[in-house]
Amino acid sequence: MRAFEYVSPTTKEQAVALLSSTWGETEILAGGTDLLALMKDDVVRPRRLVNIKEIAELRGISFSASTGLRIGATVTLSELLDHPDVWRHYPALVQAARGVTSPQIRSMGTVGGDLCQRPRCWYFRSGFGLLARDQTGRSLVLEGDNRYHAILGNEGPAYFVNPSSLAPALIAYGARLRIFGPRGTREVLLERFFRIPKSEAEREYDLQPNEIVTEILVPPPPVGMVSATYEVRQREVLDWPLVTASVALVFDGQRVRSARVVLGQVAPIPWPSPEAERALVGKAVTEEVAQAAADAAVQRARSLGKNEYKIQLARVAVRRAIQQAVGGGTRR
Amino acid sequence: MAERDAMEMAEYKWPEPERRRLIGKRISRVDGPEKVTGRAKYTYDVNRPGMLAGKILRCPYAHARIARLDTSAVEKMPGVQAVLPLKKVGDEILWAGDEVVAVAAVDEPTAEDAIRAIVVEYEKLPHFVLDTDPKAAGERARPAAEQVEGDPDAAFREAEVVAEGLYGMSLITHCCLEAHGAVVEWEGENNVLVHISTQAVSGIAGQMAGPLGVPAGNIRVKQEHIGGGFGSKFGPDSWGIAAARLSKMAGGRPVKIMLERDAELMVAGARPSYYGRVRVGAKRDGTVIAWESETWGTGGIPPTSPLPVPYVLRIPNQRKRHIAIVTNSGPARAWRAPLHPQACLLTMAALDDLAAALRMDPLDLLLKNIELAGERADVYREELQIAAELMEWKKRWHPRGDPSPGPIKRGLGVSIHTWPGRGHACRCDLTIHPDGSVEVKLGSQDLGTGTRTAIAIVVADTLGIPLEAVRVRIGDTQYPPAGGSGGSTTIGGVSSAARRAALDALDQLFARIAPLLNASPDQLEAWDGRIRVKGDPSRSIAWEHACARLDGMPLTVRGENPGPGELTTAGAAGVQMADVSVDIETGIVRINKMVAVQDCGLIINMKTAESQCYGAMIMGISYALYEEKIMDPVTGRMLNPNMEFYKLAGLADIGELVVHMMTGEKYDRRGVIGLGEPPVISPGAAISNAVANAIGVRVPFLPLTPERVLEALAKKGGSHARV
Amino acid sequence: MEKQHSRAGSLSRRDFLKVSGITLTVPLVIGPRVLKVAGAEVKVFGPGRVPMTFTINGKTYRAELEPRVTLLDALRNEFELTGAKRVCDRGTCGACTVLLDGKPVYACSVLAIEAQGRAITTVEGLMQNGKLHPIQQAFIENDALQCGFCTPGFVVACKALLDRNPNPTPEDLVAGLGGNLCRCGTYVGIRAAIAQAARMQRGG
Repeated sequence: MRAFEYVSPTTKEQAVALLSSTWGETEILAGGTDLLALMKDDVVRPRRLVNIKEIAELRGISFSASTGLRIGATVTLSELLDHPDVWRHYPALVQAARGVTSPQIRSMGTVGGDLCQRPRCWYFRSGFGLLARDQTGRSLVLEGDNRYHAILGNEGPAYFVNPSSLAPALIAYGARLRIFGPRGTREVLLERFFRIPKSEAEREYDLQPNEIVTEILVPPPPVGMVSATYEVRQREVLDWPLVTASVALVFDGQRVRSARVVLGQVAPIPWPSPEAERALVGKAVTEEVAQAAADAAVQRARSLGKNEYKIQLARVAVRRAIQQAVGGGTRR
Repeated sequence: MAERDAMEMAEYKWPEPERRRLIGKRISRVDGPEKVTGRAKYTYDVNRPGMLAGKILRCPYAHARIARLDTSAVEKMPGVQAVLPLKKVGDEILWAGDEVVAVAAVDEPTAEDAIRAIVVEYEKLPHFVLDTDPKAAGERARPAAEQVEGDPDAAFREAEVVAEGLYGMSLITHCCLEAHGAVVEWEGENNVLVHISTQAVSGIAGQMAGPLGVPAGNIRVKQEHIGGGFGSKFGPDSWGIAAARLSKMAGGRPVKIMLERDAELMVAGARPSYYGRVRVGAKRDGTVIAWESETWGTGGIPPTSPLPVPYVLRIPNQRKRHIAIVTNSGPARAWRAPLHPQACLLTMAALDDLAAALRMDPLDLLLKNIELAGERADVYREELQIAAELMEWKKRWHPRGDPSPGPIKRGLGVSIHTWPGRGHACRCDLTIHPDGSVEVKLGSQDLGTGTRTAIAIVVADTLGIPLEAVRVRIGDTQYPPAGGSGGSTTIGGVSSAARRAALDALDQLFARIAPLLNASPDQLEAWDGRIRVKGDPSRSIAWEHACARLDGMPLTVRGENPGPGELTTAGAAGVQMADVSVDIETGIVRINKMVAVQDCGLIINMKTAESQCYGAMIMGISYALYEEKIMDPVTGRMLNPNMEFYKLAGLADIGELVVHMMTGEKYDRRGVIGLGEPPVISPGAAISNAVANAIGVRVPFLPLTPERVLEALAKKGGSHARV
Repeated sequence: MEKQHSRAGSLSRRDFLKVSGITLTVPLVIGPRVLKVAGAEVKVFGPGRVPMTFTINGKTYRAELEPRVTLLDALRNEFELTGAKRVCDRGTCGACTVLLDGKPVYACSVLAIEAQGRAITTVEGLMQNGKLHPIQQAFIENDALQCGFCTPGFVVACKALLDRNPNPTPEDLVAGLGGNLCRCGTYVGIRAAIAQAARMQRGG
């Protein structure tokens, strides 16, 4: 790790003032589980770390039936999982958080950090940049080993996958982010927060270098909603899922009134699938309908060479998430 | 001693079962308290006064020549105490991660800063890291001479059923949790103190003497505990020598170089990959008569050797070809049971496919041909039966392809293995102190197998005293030399040397005590803390009182292996079975249960022996399902030199494990046989066979990743591939 | 020590000034160690060595460390508390597990500077009055260790699990010990050990 200076502000205004307006000079330290690894690998080289864990207003978690769930950005995954209202109303979020099978990561890692963590692409982590290109500009992902890379949204030049564990579930629930910066507070739909970078100068999310995510706001669960997250993972021990799918279905009697289907680990962003959603809306969820939605979800998927199997996994994850949501009801 | 050797050689044997109070029992390891409290000091934990941190700059390219090397800026950096180029301009580098410059600085952050300030320019050269296809390797494919036994052509003509298949396993690493490394310091111009993480304490000085230009006797090597070796830690390595040189440059201050995790996985050892096409021919009744194989694989630059196939079963007619593929994948090292897991997979999977072609239960096929295993055939037969009972094989086995509905398919697989495991050369000094305490000293090491505990058990049982009265000191070249801990040779070596030393010490003590008890020395025995007259326990003396008769002079006796009496032999046999579930929609494989039935002659400590088997099965599950040193064709680098994508099995990934150790007179009489390697050999084959049994098709290569499982299902052409 | 301190510090600072960016809202300066931002004074630490105070196993420890030093390296290199091990150094393997205010964390992924003012418990702090903790005793009796390098991390992770959940089911073990890895393969012993420790704690 390179040397840096360390500040620990107690208000978000101080934090923002301490952050640089240029990427790379400063970094926000929350749980540290990703940032310190990036620094040890010399992928990021901040000259100042701004610890935001001492900022009281970024903490806390609350729920009301009228306004929904408010999660402070520095709430840890453990705190999230300890909250009874989260269990009661947001099973897909619980299942997603439980997928982080390390208690150490759960007690360190924050919800804000989970959303802002950087991709695990092995070329990115080896210093070839977010777009993983060599000096001649060719994509190492396309020519190299892309077994864990994107199958959707992979028209290029970005081929990494978004690693967030919670984002698919939060997006399925229609979560918004509250962001604070030099120009004050703004809100963004979580779904719009993530973006596919077109150049090395861009980040994979809509955040200025001197902005911080302060809160995650999840709408109250509509009557008749069922939801679930299904992960395809190789190991039970701490492991990145190969594919995840979160679904939230709102029923009107036997039929689906509205549906959200969001895949994780398949694209440079958490990947909402309007195709899958369309396949569900207006229908009773039979096995055939779940399968049709699953097929629709990967309709536009394409292999980069070594990751064709992920198309199959995505299909299965979507179908099983739907079945789990329907079968498991709103309980976990 | 010569007298005793001449007169009573037959007495160097293991005690009869009724005379074993500790040997073969379940004894907790003596260094357990140190290890569970964090007090145990590993090389990584050695903090010497004035110690400097050493770091190494490594080449990022898989094949390159050094065009420019400038360390001048670094030499002037505050806090930097020594800079040592390990390569010079013009040197060729043959794998990514190879060492270029070493530095020593006042602390780790400063050393890291120094490494970053070194200027190196490389001329990149073409690299090659692919190993699965010999045809793609061009001139990097090096065929070995064909080996033929019997008349394979005639045998294949005679065969009524021939099975053909492709099998193999990827390059994997050792991934020792304690990385390789050393702390080295000079005491004056001529004496060197080395703390090093090693499997061969007694072997290190001799390897460092030449490079350092001091006599081996001036190099003291120490190691209290080691955090894993698995075959990769037998030498000082270039970084150990570098630490010594840096220390000398820094006026003798201790220099610690422990590899970073990425370097540990890139350069500190790998198990060579092996792949092969195999044909096996048999009669309709299952009698196997012909074998043909073409194998290939890589271990980096040195060519891989041909595999010992067919494994265990000596099929009478064979033809074998091997092609070594020379790659820039980095150095290979011995990996727990070198060549055996690969040979085992190629053989046991081929036989399993043959059984499928014959529509036979593979267990029956093995039993049918078990005489081909030679002198250990009866042991395998017995073990196969026990394993079958523990697995309920006959009740639960089904022909290939689990017919039950739903995506989860279950299957069983079986494999057998062997390993020599005779005890290595070893010396120990056993001292009986006048206060009754006993010390054993030897330059051995405890890899986590429980070596200290085993020595203490042997000595305490021989002397008839409690385990706590024996203190075992290992890990220092000031003690008598003992062999390196590789190839399952340690337990046989140290237990035999300790037994001989204890028997000889007892003889000497008996000679002193006999007059007191009005008996001759040969009438005495040591039992339950006393020395007594055989058959007349009323004539006895407490151990402490007997030792007090040593007139204040400790009694020290040297024990050796090899030596008189056959206390250790070779040839362990084992059987393993696996029960797996495969999700045919995702290709995810889960272990439900594994059974290991293992023979290792006389067992010294049942508790740690079972632990070896559990541990080996878990390591086997890990390489069967998860582990792969993933080499990038584009950059030539290892893509997963971390513990995130170099995947090891976790606590919840292993299912239920059952171990059955073979015991009884028939096994005891063979003496002690090593156990480190044998149980790690079969898991790959047993699990691969179980997966084939579950899903009805062979997944050729380990690890059995979802990608590979789905690909095999797709090739099978069934409806499983797409759901 | 003092000499090294100033040397390392001055180097870093020089280096810092040289490369310091111009786009920072508040310039990176070494001068006042207190910056006035958003109407408040905020202390800036480093990049050189900073005096730090820790509470480890109930005792107070002091050292001068750069902010970039992890809690793990501070424990091991400054305080001779070498029970926690550095293995993956990237928050994956669990060998460096310690408790921060009773919760399990990877000490390799916590900066020493942020662990100040919190109760740090390492494996060395588990013994009470010279007696092994029931988990430690159970590890020995069930041979839940081989080389022992992962053992301190596992012992601490088990303590965290049992503190939170005295009656773990097998499923709880999946969630409670999913952050630790062993290479020798001691999981069978660990499963037995944690069951025994849970029984012992219930009995006692």
